[in-house]
Amino acid sequence: MASLVGSRVERKEDKKLLTGRGKYTADVNFVNQTFAYFVRSPHARAQIKKVDTTKAMKAPGVVSILTGADIANDKIGGLIAGWRIKSEDGSDMKVPAHPPLANDIVNYVGDHVAVVIADSLDEARNAAELVKVDYKILKAVVDTKSAMGSDQIYKDIPKNLCFDWLLGDRAKVKEAFEKADKIIKIDLINNRVIPNAMEPRAANADYNPSTEEITLYTTSQNPHLARIIISAFNGVAPENKLRVIAPDVGGGFGSKIYPYAEEVVCSWAAKKIERPVKWVADRTESFLSDCHGRDHVTHAELAVKNDGTFLGFKNETIANIGAYASVFGTVTPTYLFGPCATGVYKMPAAYTNVKAVFTNTAPVDAYRGAGRPEATYTIETLVEKAARELGMDPAEIRMKNFPTQFPFQQTLVHSVDSGDYVASLNKAMEVADYKGFEKRKRESANKGKLRGIGLCSYFEACGIAPSPVVMMLGCGIGLWESAEVRFNPTGNVTVFTGSHSHGQGHDTTFAQIAADQLGVPIENIEISHGDTDKGPFGYGTYGSRSLTVGGTAIVKACDKIIAKGKRVAAKMLEASVDDVEFSNGEFVVAKSNKKKTIGEIAFACYLPGTYGEVKSPLPEGEEPGLKETSFFDPANFSFPAGSHICEVEVDPDTGETKVVKYTAIDDFGTIINPLVVEGQVHGGIVQGIGQALYENCHYDETGQLVTASYMDYTMPRADNFPEFELGFTCTPATSNPLGTKGCGEAGAIASPPAVMNAVMNAIGTEISMPATAEKVWKACNQNKKKNSEAA
Amino acid sequence: MKTFNYHSAKDVKEASKLSSSSSAFLAGGMTTIPSIKLGLASYRDIIDIKGIKSLSGIKVSGKSIKIGATTKHVEVANSKDVKKAIPSLAVLAEGIGDPQVRNRGTIGGSIANNDPSADYPSACIALNAVIHTNSRKIEAEKFFKGMFETSLKSGEIIEAIEFSIPEKSNYQKYPNPASRYAVVGVYVAKHKSEVNVAVTGAKSCVYNDKDLAKALSSNFSSSAVDAVRISSSGMNSDIHASGEYRANMVKVFAKKAVEAC
Repeated sequence: MASLVGSRVERKEDKKLLTGRGKYTADVNFVNQTFAYFVRSPHARAQIKKVDTTKAMKAPGVVSILTGADIANDKIGGLIAGWRIKSEDGSDMKVPAHPPLANDIVNYVGDHVAVVIADSLDEARNAAELVKVDYKILKAVVDTKSAMGSDQIYKDIPKNLCFDWLLGDRAKVKEAFEKADKIIKIDLINNRVIPNAMEPRAANADYNPSTEEITLYTTSQNPHLARIIISAFNGVAPENKLRVIAPDVGGGFGSKIYPYAEEVVCSWAAKKIERPVKWVADRTESFLSDCHGRDHVTHAELAVKNDGTFLGFKNETIANIGAYASVFGTVTPTYLFGPCATGVYKMPAAYTNVKAVFTNTAPVDAYRGAGRPEATYTIETLVEKAARELGMDPAEIRMKNFPTQFPFQQTLVHSVDSGDYVASLNKAMEVADYKGFEKRKRESANKGKLRGIGLCSYFEACGIAPSPVVMMLGCGIGLWESAEVRFNPTGNVTVFTGSHSHGQGHDTTFAQIAADQLGVPIENIEISHGDTDKGPFGYGTYGSRSLTVGGTAIVKACDKIIAKGKRVAAKMLEASVDDVEFSNGEFVVAKSNKKKTIGEIAFACYLPGTYGEVKSPLPEGEEPGLKETSFFDPANFSFPAGSHICEVEVDPDTGETKVVKYTAIDDFGTIINPLVVEGQVHGGIVQGIGQALYENCHYDETGQLVTASYMDYTMPRADNFPEFELGFTCTPATSNPLGTKGCGEAGAIASPPAVMNAVMNAIGTEISMPATAEKVWKACNQNKKKNSEAA
Repeated sequence: MKTFNYHSAKDVKEASKLSSSSSAFLAGGMTTIPSIKLGLASYRDIIDIKGIKSLSGIKVSGKSIKIGATTKHVEVANSKDVKKAIPSLAVLAEGIGDPQVRNRGTIGGSIANNDPSADYPSACIALNAVIHTNSRKIEAEKFFKGMFETSLKSGEIIEAIEFSIPEKSNYQKYPNPASRYAVVGVYVAKHKSEVNVAVTGAKSCVYNDKDLAKALSSNFSSSAVDAVRISSSGMNSDIHASGEYRANMVKVFAKKAVEAC
């Protein structure tokens, strides 16, 4: 049987999803169901003086109205920050309480104040308008840069500072900077973006009074995590009485990794009123209350020698984590950011200092790439600036500082097992026709357009993650993954994975792996995920981890199946176990050329005995059945890397920027399915270009979200892009048997700096993301002015 | 969404009779329905006029094209008559919203709503349109009164819009990258005795830029546009475009339109 790993198998799940037959949380309905509508704060910061529900309770169809006081009475725990960060001075991070329904204060527009539960959604919404909340409005803190000097939001958190974290060695950096010929400095903003999953968040909780069990359907990338948090921290129900199901999920980009207030409230309320409670976010609620991404203000410096050799790097960042510390809100700007801050380069000395600040804005958490795009944007725009200031070619300065020996001990944390950065950049330059750029630039100039080219060489740390390492760094959970491979008696297979697909294509790629391992046709393999009552505990999908960690767990479970299969085959074929070989789905004894298929062995395992024609003896002491579970904890992160090259054309009259050519060469180690990988890269690039050119979350000075709909929040669209040129190099990962590295985030990590470097190359001015038409037009105008003054 | 009474009017007379201060006429519903759903508007009565046959259709005479109020954008975009007589009008219709909007949205609905960034009002101004209602004829210049405001009276129904066929014309717009409504749209039309330069998106209401029109009347070329100073005073300013930027875009897109004429 030909190997499926590496082939372009079409996605098994697409037929269902593209023909409208997917089943999402909003499609789930229960008998006697109620509908929840949340009363949200219209103010960015206010004291709640009184919540009066009297009038609303009398409205038609209202079943119950619950407030922060009810949450407190029932001792429902608050939402948690999952990663404990220590400041440079050794003190613990400071986090405010975050009750699922606000008690005395609200801290961002959209913060949850009360929930109205009614027989229909319209009735719930209409009654919500009658809930009278008496607020004392307080001055909001909105701006990232000035947050530390603004009004103090929480009594116990001076300067609105969650932590002041350091990674690296300040003294060594100082020394390195003293030896430098030149210091290159940059100030930049990594703009806040809103995840905008196609499917809005939703929850539907059903309580069964006879078993006292809650079943929660929810839009989650990580149902097991949702269950443990809602059980152990919010205290809604014990883990064995809470089943969490994430059915089809329409995208998440990080925003659905962890449970929100709504899931906690729906579960708790369902138990309280003994009726199912359904909530589906409308799009405005998604804009207001999904955790946002990025939002850094950074000053960075690079110490260089005149020949372009890097000597040292420092990064001083203020990270806005919003009104509350979300589950991965504290790790995103620290351990997912700092270790990657020096990029793909040999950097003798470096440090990253991050001050995380609270503001009266929606919480900020992991968003596609989580920390690594922010790190890459900084180092890659800085390196490009260094090239300009030293008069070097941007490719040359990169090549000069690439490590060539692997494993490569990176400056701050990571030991990178494999890579070939020179090969990626060379291939990218070839595919992009880097040499031909000047000619294309002249052609654009003839049309009155400014053409620019930008490079980005990136690496990232994903395959999240080795549990002992992350737990040592403050993570409150392990990050291993599980798999259960279950042979059914008739020889087909169900594979349970603890990771979760919300668009990644697990049903296909995981089946390819299992098919190859077991020698079973792919159509006989079913991948099951997303239900805590099926399969073992797992840690979901994010951080480009599913294949590298979850896929490996499948391989290891298959290994156990094959080991048992060999023992059973040996007995049936009257040979010693050592003489049984397994390949292409067959157990073979070479000496006698006797064989049994894996299907026959599975059947024997389930029918161990003699019944007419069926003779299925099991070895003595062997348990019946054929099902194995494996838990895989990786020894290291994985480190995808590559080089992207972008070309843009700018219309100086309007400032409009068009991406006209985009080349991505990535090293993801072994590729299971190129079709799926290309899709992931396309999506990532588009999301990154979205951040660079279009998307921007805009709060006004009072903390009102101006970009709360698609009328004002610019999503990238298909007609914004050219065809992407994709290519791959391959150095397999050594930390997992598949050799895979992860591909889900690379596009979003590499593309913002590639695009911005191209824009800045075109117009000759530094500008920050997003490079909107007006911003670029203004920069072009200033250049014109400067030029005319100079003349 | 607040509930309402739904009526399907069989003719204009009935529709007019059903109307009151708490009713709205429904044609394509491209603004009315979302407004109701978002709770921004509520009505006691919704009077559907889609079923009134006399309100739909395109008729060409020697000097003008008359388009029924409930004619959909897609019908204008695909009309051979419109393409032949005023190609820029067909192009404008083809550039409104997206296919879903073009398959439901109507010309009458668009101009009655008078969104400051809608496309059709600029065509009305540039093409010296006459708005036919069930009680009178209104010149376009007098029809558009201000932001979301027209000279229509309560119970008055637009029946058709009659456009003069110009010697040449062109419409160019810079769509808002988020909503794709016009941040600035410029409709240039050269008639026998005058030039109109209708601008949408830039101010609170569509307007005829007299300075540009005058310059182009004496010299119909993009260099004539260059010589005109566009003031940013009175221009809209929002997170997508400042007044200064809009003023620049009026000029840039006026030039594009003249060059494409």
